[in-house]
Amino acid sequence: MADRQPPMDSHAAPAPAGAARPPSDVLAPGHSFGSVTDKITSAILRPGFLPGWVFGFVIAFGVMSMFLFAVSYLLIKGTGIWGVNIPVGWGFAIVNFVWWIGIGHAGTLISAILLLFRQKWRMSISRFAEAMTIFAVMCAAVFPVFHTGRPWLAAYWLFPYPNSMNIWPNFRSPLIWDVFAVSTYATVSILFWYVGLIPDLATMRDRARPLIVKRLYGILALGWRGSAKHWQRYETASLLLAGLATPLVLSVHTVVSFDFAVGVVPGWHATIFPPYFVAGAIYSGFAMVLTLAIPIRAYYGMEDFITMRHIQNCAKVMLCTGLIVLYGYSVEAFMGWFSGDPYEGFMIWNRMTGNYWYMYWFLIFCNGVMPQALWFKKVRTNIPLLFCIALVVNVGMWLERFVIVVTSLSRDFLPSAWGMYAGTMWDWMTYIGTLGLFTWLMFIFLRLLPMISMFEMRTIVPSAKIKSEGGH
Amino acid sequence: MHHVDDTPKLYGLMAEFDSATAIVSAARKARDAGYAKIDAYTPFPIHELDSALRLSRTKLPWLVFFGGIGGMLGGFALEYWVSVIDYPLNIGGRPLASWPNFVIPAYETTILCASITAVVGMIMLNGLPQPYHPVFNAPNFSNASADRFFLVVETADPKFDAAGTRQFLEGLHPLGVTDVAE
Repeated sequence: MADRQPPMDSHAAPAPAGAARPPSDVLAPGHSFGSVTDKITSAILRPGFLPGWVFGFVIAFGVMSMFLFAVSYLLIKGTGIWGVNIPVGWGFAIVNFVWWIGIGHAGTLISAILLLFRQKWRMSISRFAEAMTIFAVMCAAVFPVFHTGRPWLAAYWLFPYPNSMNIWPNFRSPLIWDVFAVSTYATVSILFWYVGLIPDLATMRDRARPLIVKRLYGILALGWRGSAKHWQRYETASLLLAGLATPLVLSVHTVVSFDFAVGVVPGWHATIFPPYFVAGAIYSGFAMVLTLAIPIRAYYGMEDFITMRHIQNCAKVMLCTGLIVLYGYSVEAFMGWFSGDPYEGFMIWNRMTGNYWYMYWFLIFCNGVMPQALWFKKVRTNIPLLFCIALVVNVGMWLERFVIVVTSLSRDFLPSAWGMYAGTMWDWMTYIGTLGLFTWLMFIFLRLLPMISMFEMRTIVPSAKIKSEGGH
Repeated sequence: MHHVDDTPKLYGLMAEFDSATAIVSAARKARDAGYAKIDAYTPFPIHELDSALRLSRTKLPWLVFFGGIGGMLGGFALEYWVSVIDYPLNIGGRPLASWPNFVIPAYETTILCASITAVVGMIMLNGLPQPYHPVFNAPNFSNASADRFFLVVETADPKFDAAGTRQFLEGLHPLGVTDVAE
């Protein structure tokens, strides 16, 4: 025992490698299994509340209350309080739905697709990105549910179950495809998130002091004990879930785009829609990941785990998907001319110069022009600037959906059927309210669950590397 | 663990290690020494342990495969039954069994059922939820979810012998060897 000194041994070996490692790696040097665990659990196991957390929580709760108020009034009065009209029968509800669902996509991309590609930078941001996915899907679900006016009656329009009306949904409709895609997406995201949490919940169980807290984490951890055979099945299940979630996430925004593309409205009826929507979803999702990661990292002092490498990689994904989205805008404009179809040509001309021209050009600025700054490393490593760009992209992606939905509907085939649309106070209260709901849920998550996957972080600690027999 | 009674029944002997390399080498040596009822407990997955403990491959992928097939057939059957048999609707003169329209919901139910099978299958095959397990009686075992690695030889092992096995485990240079009460 004395001659071997395993602790010294395990720390001494990675030191030369650590010195050569660039400062922008996925884990700051000098961490051990214990230090990673302590740092991440300390944010939860500390007694009392941090003042900044309380401040944010109260504001988010206030904004969420506004959402509850707006929805309560909607249920009393009906959807007439919203701005939707004929011809613009789809307004804020679908714009917000598509926006929120898109935001969710980054979480699944990080946890599933990057897992299949064995990207180590996924590990420290996957947990809260998956939480973001689940909360974003919840916010998205609010809109289709409440736009029915009487959601308690909506179940039989949406889900195929034997009901007293003896009728069934129409499976030829993209709106039913959407119900299947989004509810599957929500379920699989929650399962994936929970599976990832099981070993960390066991850590929480073993480290929490108050008995009731210990018991609660213990129940959720299912008696996880880290047996080698269990880990083997666990890793297999994670890999399979990643393999299943990858085609799922690509299908979800594809199906959302079918809501539009299957219709014959100019500006919607385009084959570019599925890839263009998926890229836009990942684009806005990564913007939201940065919007969340930057303050969380600073407030909880997680710079060792969420390093500049993570921040830069998110920025690069944004740049890449942003270029795909810009390509989508270009193809729309090109097809307006190349198709020779007068309605298509009018649609794109109307977007650029019609009643909503300022929205279109602001959208091009937010999603197309501004993110070109991300080509420069100076911008990608400038945290405040990056935070601002992420916010601008979030706004831009909302505008994109507004432009797609509203400009096409307000100016379709017959000038006699033209009309204008604007959200009412209730539309805005509901939309901003879901931002409150989302933030409120994030605050609860940060207080109760490990925000970074501890067991995965342990695997990238240098001493996790197995040295071959006789190597010392 | 206030066992004032004469002798608590023994579940096994547990050796504690503080590095991933040590647990892999200890597990391999225990297996090579002929112990069969052994298990390693680690705070993160260590793939080398699969070969060190000679774990057989899990049958989970097959379950997930059949879960997915079941989801696909079930989803498609539901759509067919609803649209063709129970509630035929003429939508723009299209055939009732307009299968291209049925692809997407069936695709989603495939993924849904396969994912649920993966999660439920992993939990059930692991015998979870399991509120009680003897290893939790070991004093330091709470560190198995943080920074310590444990090797347990069960008394059920045919080669188990209280004194001999303890001596063997001591020979692996652990931080300590403890009894695990049943």
